[in-house]
Amino acid sequence: MNAAFYLAAAVAVTATVLTITRTSAVHALLYLVVSLLAVAVVFYVLGAPFAAALEVIVYAGAIIVLFVFVVMMLNLGEAAAAEERRWIAPRYWIGPAALSALLAAELCYLYVSGAAQPSGGAVRPTVVGAALFGPYLLAVELASMLLLAGLVGAYHIGRHLFADGAARAGPDGPRGE
Amino acid sequence: MASVSPSQALLLAMILFALGLAGVLARRNLVFLLMSIEIMLNAAGLAFVVAGSRWHQPDGQILFILVLTLAASEVAVGLALILRIHQRNASLDADAAAKLKG
Repeated sequence: MNAAFYLAAAVAVTATVLTITRTSAVHALLYLVVSLLAVAVVFYVLGAPFAAALEVIVYAGAIIVLFVFVVMMLNLGEAAAAEERRWIAPRYWIGPAALSALLAAELCYLYVSGAAQPSGGAVRPTVVGAALFGPYLLAVELASMLLLAGLVGAYHIGRHLFADGAARAGPDGPRGE
Repeated sequence: MASVSPSQALLLAMILFALGLAGVLARRNLVFLLMSIEIMLNAAGLAFVVAGSRWHQPDGQILFILVLTLAASEVAVGLALILRIHQRNASLDADAAAKLKG
């Protein structure tokens, strides 16, 4: 259990250091995904499987997809396409792939050896759910209001963005095709 | 089987938070600033989960979920603002957006 924690922690720290030192946003995003997955394994080892699942689904899934969309929208044109061709070279994805393979091997080992349960016992998702909709009901409602505010704010900012972009890109044709 | 000691897990959270803070201080690209903020929020959530697992209570994971919703809404608004700034300044330099007068 301790070895699993140390391995996941080492992967998380390595991937985070590589995230903040990359020059290209896409490379940094690849390492950021690996870092978040490693933190998810740390959650699992700590006995928080629900938090681990949410980390993978929401952080490494939804939030990173948002980042990828925005990076795609920022890098338009021929220069970006030429860069894209260079980025497919193996030396750009071999690092994140190796770290991810390390995490996958660790997860397989934990699953096969049955060592996934910490000695003190995990906090089951049912307990989390019962507390979430019991004493924390007001916090859940506040979180939903926060998400609604974020949705409305992002839509409001993005609406003007696309209106201006369509008006400006008129004679040159639509951008990003 | 020895379980993970909370102090070591908190040390990991501290290292990740320090790395995110270093990223915010060192980078000028707005996308990297937002990524570093995500790293810091994730480290704070890790500290909550560590504390929750130390006492075997669900509260740590619930606070992690709240941090998650905060991070999600923050990144949505932040990325929309980055698109606006990129459109106006044709640059992702944080210093280029120093003048906010519209």
